[in-house]
Amino acid sequence: MAIVTVGLGSCGTAAGANKTYEKIRALKESERLDFELKKTSCVGMCYREPLVEITDDTGTYLYGEVDEGRAVEVIEKHINQHEPIRDYIVYTDLFDAPENDFIGAQVKIVLRNCGYMDPESIDEYEARKGYQAIKKIAAEGITREAVIDTVLKSGLRGRGGGGFPTGMKWKFANANKSPVKYVICNADEGDPGAFMDRSVLEGDPHSVLEGMIIAAYAVEATGGVIYCRAEYPLAIKRLNIAIRQAHERGYLGRNIFGIEGFDLDIYIKEGAGAFVCGEETALIASIEGERGMPRKRPPFPAVSGLWKKPTNINNVETYANIPWILIHGAEAYAAYGTEKSKGTKVFALAGKVRHSGLVEVPMGMTIRDVIFKLGGGIKKDKKFKAVQMGGPSGGCIPEYLSDTIVDYDSVNATGAIMGSGGMVVMDETTCMVGVAKFFLDFTCKESCGKCTFCRLGTKRMLEILDRITNGLGEEGDLEKLEQLAYQIKDNSLCGLGQTAPNPVLTTIRYFRDEYEAHIRDRKCPAKVCRPLLTYTVDKEKCTGCMVCLKNCPVKAISGERKQPHHINQELCTQCGVCFSKCKFDSIILS
Amino acid sequence: MRIARINTKNNLNGGDDQDLTLLDPIIDKYRGKTGNLIPLLQATQELYGYISKAAFEKLSAGTGIALSDMYGVATFYAQFRLRPVGKHIIKVCHGTACHVQNAVEITESLQESLRVKDGETTEDRLFTLESVACLGCCSLAPVMMISEQTYGKLTGNEAVKIVKNISLAEKN
Repeated sequence: MAIVTVGLGSCGTAAGANKTYEKIRALKESERLDFELKKTSCVGMCYREPLVEITDDTGTYLYGEVDEGRAVEVIEKHINQHEPIRDYIVYTDLFDAPENDFIGAQVKIVLRNCGYMDPESIDEYEARKGYQAIKKIAAEGITREAVIDTVLKSGLRGRGGGGFPTGMKWKFANANKSPVKYVICNADEGDPGAFMDRSVLEGDPHSVLEGMIIAAYAVEATGGVIYCRAEYPLAIKRLNIAIRQAHERGYLGRNIFGIEGFDLDIYIKEGAGAFVCGEETALIASIEGERGMPRKRPPFPAVSGLWKKPTNINNVETYANIPWILIHGAEAYAAYGTEKSKGTKVFALAGKVRHSGLVEVPMGMTIRDVIFKLGGGIKKDKKFKAVQMGGPSGGCIPEYLSDTIVDYDSVNATGAIMGSGGMVVMDETTCMVGVAKFFLDFTCKESCGKCTFCRLGTKRMLEILDRITNGLGEEGDLEKLEQLAYQIKDNSLCGLGQTAPNPVLTTIRYFRDEYEAHIRDRKCPAKVCRPLLTYTVDKEKCTGCMVCLKNCPVKAISGERKQPHHINQELCTQCGVCFSKCKFDSIILS
Repeated sequence: MRIARINTKNNLNGGDDQDLTLLDPIIDKYRGKTGNLIPLLQATQELYGYISKAAFEKLSAGTGIALSDMYGVATFYAQFRLRPVGKHIIKVCHGTACHVQNAVEITESLQESLRVKDGETTEDRLFTLESVACLGCCSLAPVMMISEQTYGKLTGNEAVKIVKNISLAEKN
């Protein structure tokens, strides 16, 4: 019997996958069709959502952009008449389809189950080698030290952004003896532009649980907490289901997996919206019900963490790697990647890239390959300008450095950071000063206020950038920005402050000319900063429809119906309303 | 700055008309438990949509947590609201991917159409307009979320149309 699977992750749902699913379900019922209808999560091909996969006795076919109309067609042709519709198929291993390269160039370890199973079914997870790693540990009596050793040898480094060797973390937490210890999963994916953790939690929650269970075994933890953003309701729902199922199977609770004295409970703590809580000591303060402010390290959480007990904190993607490593061995994992960055990394491609979505590639691929081979290049064939990596703590890597390979050290050398793996692609229409201002505005709002330099320094920097983008920049502004940046980096306690100036520093380093154009020539080369633009009407294109004229808030536009309009520059406030309202592209920015 | 959240806009707001007995089971559930403050405030907000002055006082009396501690935590986290909100909360995403794809236009169009500023509630109490950091749907940028439903690949006009449709459905 054929199996029809609909992708119902957050991205699919936003693209209308629920309607597609309902349509297919209704068809199946009303026409008593003989196929099995299943749900899965995101396979990473977000730009082709809603996705519907059909597996029949001839093979597997992935259909893209299946709205309700297409759903009817696909079911009619493929299921009823056994004729796959080639034009709608985006991926299959049977013939050449448009997205075969997108899947083929990837190595899926973290995302091994995402989009390939029903995330709400523990049976399907177990059918895909789920809980085999921890069962193997129990059955073969593998010691805690041996588990830690395997993780160390795999070369896995923290995927939350820090890049600290995971095995070392476990070793420290294991070394501190205490009757009560904790493992925490950091699922507070606050970095704007990154969504791999959401996708893993939604698509494969059990692998994160299993990773935590193995970590708990290795460090002898007795309690587990998943600190998840409240903005991810679907992830929280699926985690709750997974935890309940794990309890029912005896995978959580007392003496789990038959290991005498191995007791573990895991609960979810919903975050309340504070970027700084991604920092481990702030996250712990938040779980304890306090304001999420970081504290000085040492002592590190491995010595004194949650409720002052030894605590091991890893990120979602890190935990999702663990079961795979334990099953396939450290060598298999370390076979991927570069000398100092082993394994694969998931990147969230977004921005001006054609194929926005999730990709998992071996460390060591060049940024250019990620963007052009997997990402399909730049939308509308515009010119690739830069890629932002590492979110508010990272930086912009210019096009001419895009042969940099993705590993922790090479990315750090550019002034950006690997971070959690967000890659926001920018083209010629993105203003780099505007991007720097955007990130600084973010960190300024999110600074917890504990350290003066972070609290006030980011504010002062933001004010300078604000002036520059409003055409009021002064000579010496760049030097002031740089001076403040280094002071903030040197005098902040936690990662937020220490890295907050990075977006400004990297853009000054690589796009100094753009800053200078704003300051000296009062020009925005990307034509984004409105106060620096002049709006005029293209007399050739203007149809005289009067839409801009009616919408102009300061009545700066004049003209008769069906006659080209005119903008009075003395009255114009550069609000941009005419530009966004015009349907004929007849407003020129210069 | 997180401390900027403590300002006049966030001054505690009435709540005298609320049925505060609804809080009793929540207080019983969390009383005496360590680390209970955030879940306590989340449950309260779930109930009323925001945390009123009266609710703060009742929670403090019921659990023994100082009012100052509660206010400190409530103003630290972006999730907590100290003013009443509309029936639908419009969260316009201003994450990086949405930013480079003109999320500003979405917010501006909605501000103009709803006649409210960012963070404010419409007069008819139907909508509260908010800007949020990232909804994690970057591949569909620019996006907004209205009561759990996410809308992607928007333009200003489309966003306005979606909100108008909800508004019409509510009024009929």
